Amino acid sequence: MAPLIHAENLTKRFGQIEAVRRVTLSVSAGEVVGFLGPNGAGKTTTMRMITGFLEPTEGQVTLGGFCLDGAPIQAKRSFGYLPEGAPAYPDMSVLEYLQFIGQVRGLAGQALHDRVEAVISQVHLERVTQQAIETLSKGFKRRVGIAQAILHDPPILIMDEPTDGLDPNQKHEVRQLIRSMGSTKAIVLSTHILEEVEAVCTRVILIAAGRIVFDGRPQEFEARAPASVQRNRMDHVFREMTAAGAEVRS
Amino acid sequence: MTGGMQPWRAIFRREFRSYFATPLAAVFLVVFLFLAGIFTFSLGGLYERGQADLRPFFDFAPWLLLFLAPAVSMRLWAEERRLGTIEVLTTLPLPLWQAVLGKFLAAWAFSVVAIVLTVPLWMTVSWLGDPDQGMIIAGYVATALMAGLFLALGGVVSALTKNQVIAFVVTVVACFLLMVSGFPVVLDFLRGWALPGVVDAVASLSTLTHFTSLMRGVLDLRDIAYFVVGIAALVLATAFLIDWKKSA
Repeated sequence: MAPLIHAENLTKRFGQIEAVRRVTLSVSAGEVVGFLGPNGAGKTTTMRMITGFLEPTEGQVTLGGFCLDGAPIQAKRSFGYLPEGAPAYPDMSVLEYLQFIGQVRGLAGQALHDRVEAVISQVHLERVTQQAIETLSKGFKRRVGIAQAILHDPPILIMDEPTDGLDPNQKHEVRQLIRSMGSTKAIVLSTHILEEVEAVCTRVILIAAGRIVFDGRPQEFEARAPASVQRNRMDHVFREMTAAGAEVRS
Repeated sequence: MTGGMQPWRAIFRREFRSYFATPLAAVFLVVFLFLAGIFTFSLGGLYERGQADLRPFFDFAPWLLLFLAPAVSMRLWAEERRLGTIEVLTTLPLPLWQAVLGKFLAAWAFSVVAIVLTVPLWMTVSWLGDPDQGMIIAGYVATALMAGLFLALGGVVSALTKNQVIAFVVTVVACFLLMVSGFPVVLDFLRGWALPGVVDAVASLSTLTHFTSLMRGVLDLRDIAYFVVGIAALVLATAFLIDWKKSA
């Protein structure tokens, strides 16, 4: 089966700084990829290039079989995206915002109504549908961002730190949601919480100093830790590999 | 697509409503109408002139728009960048020009609402005397077109920053220069060193010149074309700049 996400040799330079260098990755339906890396390693930049918010200096992206360069509209229809910080218009109510996103995506009438209702119950926003987004707690705001991303039930889901700033209950809920969608969609989520990888991901991609330094199953990732390490084995591997990456850079 | 509205219409509706979702709309409309009243009746000397027309209002309209249009346009894109919602908006499946157009039209529609709310002035002069209605309509058309041009210019500036205050100040200056480019203050400065062709070209860009001839009731196609082409070019430039920032 052809991968839903394919990024080839993505490179991004901001002036003299090379933020991402030659990143190549493919993700198929049924995969939940945990995109790991220290802050500033290039996770957000890579996701922004995959979603077309940033144009890569080199390389190209294919989403759902459509090249982001050649057929941007079709490519953009195939994914939902939760940007870092889950931005949304503060003056709108949750319901208005989701309806707006649906309208821009070409939904109308009953179809729009049904999809909005469906995501509201899926991410448990029933209590706040009439509330202005600016008055919501961080957890609710994050959920509005997720609702917006899955509104059109896309085959691809890209989420930048979906559980950042949530309390343990909320994290648990979001992870369950991701797991429930993971069997049918291609999902990429960035995080630096390693327990999250164990909880929801079927694959780990570790990026350090703009390069992929590991791509494999979470078990393989953990197995890189020496037997002497008993606890937080993933943390250990993470530190080892990203420290090495930093050395390559300098 | 399931027969829904065009994306630009959804953007337009959201944007237009958002003007009224904050106190901005109320503040803006009150200030606009208050100043329009002062300019027309006191400074413009509506009564003293002994003529029932709206000349005093239209004479001051460009100066009113010079500050109020940038106040409307400053948030167009700067706010999207500050909130980060631009990342959601530009990764939705719609052509960028539709987002730019929808937002611009919303700002323009809001300004036209403000202009239309001055209709009581029109009713007043019509009640006081027998004004040339054609000229008044021409004056309103000219004012709306000028607002559109300033907003389109403000959209370009707003696309370049996430700071609304900067967007406002730069837009006021840009609009002012465009407005008076046919006047000695700009032309004398250019004459010293620029080619005569350049001086003429700059002079022909003067918003005030085109506005004044429209306002006098001379519906010259060239004046209308100046505004329409100017607005279209600036809206396109906004889309181009936002796209260019993606690869910056």
